[in-house]
Amino acid sequence: MPKFRKETQVTSVTDTSSSLLGKAANATPAPIASRIRGISDRSMAWLFITPAIVLLLAINIFPLIWAIYLSFTNFRANRPNAPIEGVGLSNYSRVLNDPNIWQAMQTTAHFVFWTILLQTLIGFSLAYLIDRKFRGHAFWTTVILVPMMLSPAVVGNFWRFLYQPQIGLFNYIVSFITGVPPSSFEMLGSVQLSPWAIIIVDTWMWTPYVMLICLAGLRSIPDYIYEAAEVDRASLWRQFWSITLPMALPFIMLAVLFRGIENFKMFDMVTLLTGGGPGSTTEVASITLKREAFESWRTGRASAFAIILFVAVFGLANIYVKALNKVKQR
Amino acid sequence: MSSVNTAHSVVEPSRTSKRIAATIVIAYAVITMIPLVWIVLTSFKSPPDSISYPPKIVFQPTLEGYCNLFTTRTRQTSEYITSLGAPTSTCDEITRSRNMVIAGPSNYWPRFQNSLVIAFGSTFLAVSLGTLAAYGFSRFKVPLAEDLLFFILSTRMMPPIAVAIPIYLMYRELGLSDTALGMILLYTAVNVSLAVWLLKGFIDEIPREYEEAAMIDGYTRMQAFFKVVLPQATTGIAATAIFCLIFAWNEYAFAVLLTSGAAQTAPPFIPTIIGEGGQDWPAVAAGTTIFVVPILVFTILLRKQLLRGITFGAVRK
Repeated sequence: MPKFRKETQVTSVTDTSSSLLGKAANATPAPIASRIRGISDRSMAWLFITPAIVLLLAINIFPLIWAIYLSFTNFRANRPNAPIEGVGLSNYSRVLNDPNIWQAMQTTAHFVFWTILLQTLIGFSLAYLIDRKFRGHAFWTTVILVPMMLSPAVVGNFWRFLYQPQIGLFNYIVSFITGVPPSSFEMLGSVQLSPWAIIIVDTWMWTPYVMLICLAGLRSIPDYIYEAAEVDRASLWRQFWSITLPMALPFIMLAVLFRGIENFKMFDMVTLLTGGGPGSTTEVASITLKREAFESWRTGRASAFAIILFVAVFGLANIYVKALNKVKQR
Repeated sequence: MSSVNTAHSVVEPSRTSKRIAATIVIAYAVITMIPLVWIVLTSFKSPPDSISYPPKIVFQPTLEGYCNLFTTRTRQTSEYITSLGAPTSTCDEITRSRNMVIAGPSNYWPRFQNSLVIAFGSTFLAVSLGTLAAYGFSRFKVPLAEDLLFFILSTRMMPPIAVAIPIYLMYRELGLSDTALGMILLYTAVNVSLAVWLLKGFIDEIPREYEEAAMIDGYTRMQAFFKVVLPQATTGIAATAIFCLIFAWNEYAFAVLLTSGAAQTAPPFIPTIIGEGGQDWPAVAAGTTIFVVPILVFTILLRKQLLRGITFGAVRK
């Protein structure tokens, strides 16, 4: 135990108390001393951490390794008794040469780019306005936050109702504002409009998320910096570009990265809204993966595609954690 | 905020700019609520009203959507319906006015119950395991702590469909497909990463001196953990639990791939509600409304901790 004590990063206060503890333990008879110490800190640390790690190994890592194995085979989950043959890297080369998969990646990129752009612009503007601290801003902030707490599947499903041609509220409002007849366009049925239909819903749902993080960024800027700028007679425009934006930037980056990762793996909302259609216009990567794995039952190939997506997300997650730590240091 | 921010502070926004900001923000908030308000309104419409054009804002409210949500109905001849006695409930009356009789309960309530069991079960497990691990990471020097924490977080970043392929095979082998236990374990694994990261932040904020003092008074580490740290961390544990609950409550991808009947939760079920001749929108809206109300309550309860929860504890204000 004393050896372990030396290793821990202890503050001066902990230091005195631990040495006090040690003295108390040495001065008292053995049974009481062991009661003070209890089990050693090292074994307790493992006792506390192991259950969570074991669960993650069993439910996340073991299946992942299995998927890596399957990605090198011709296994099909709907024929579990067929002999499994190794096929080397051919699943990977097929995935990377499959035009459908590249189409899906392009659809995903379009979706990710526009949702992030719109959410950042609207979210930051809203945060900037809320930071004017008008009366009742806390209440209205809570109202704005509601969409992001909902189930994406349920959201996708009820927006399908709002987007109905003829009867849907969305078409009605658009025609009310622009004068275009409501039956002249179908948000979910048209090749041109359906990619925007999913972008609109995602923006409606997740702008509050970006707003909330930007708001924290704006509030982290100390007032004295603005006061100094006032003293130097810097214009509001200048203050915004030289103080507000640069200082809120790490927070904006955090929001952008998180939305990027989440939307890269988007599945539920789009599935319920368009199911990837019309045709495969809105078929994002996760939907293609689901079709490969659970409709075509090409488990080996789907696993290879899944591993490729993993690696991509893992890379993004790595950057994300670095960004998190940067924000934390503030 | 700092003490310089008084009414005379130069950084206090002007009255006009506040008024403009308030107008835009309130306008946005109102527009963003329209879809939700529309769903709640639709749940009280009759099926013809729900699909009328132009959309009806003023209508005769009815509970038909809610009745249809909870029942299955069969069409009968009017002679048969008049031969029945007086209707026993409001739903009975509404159904008979459509020349139908209630055949039995629908699957909505069992699915809703599954959602409750799976969400609460997985939340309890995730928060228990998460609290222990968070305490371990917060108070002890764990070898490779940074890497372990990154590993824990990265499991949450995995695309659910990619995880679902091997889980599907594993659960088929173990007989966990379409069982509540299987879903509880799966959601626990997804939530435990959030729980560890959030709770580590909360526990880091509790001064070590409290436990040290308790240990000098003769508590063991374990007793100090249960009697000193846990009570101090109550707010953090409650906030974490609500976040886990919301995730499990809202989850769709795993649920639709790994459950089909016995353990199916509400999100994959709601879109499948159909009536005669297509989707029964009032019933879907009613199912959505009932499903969403708990989330609204939680959002209000959580509003001070939201930021922390959605950033894995990185941003604290």
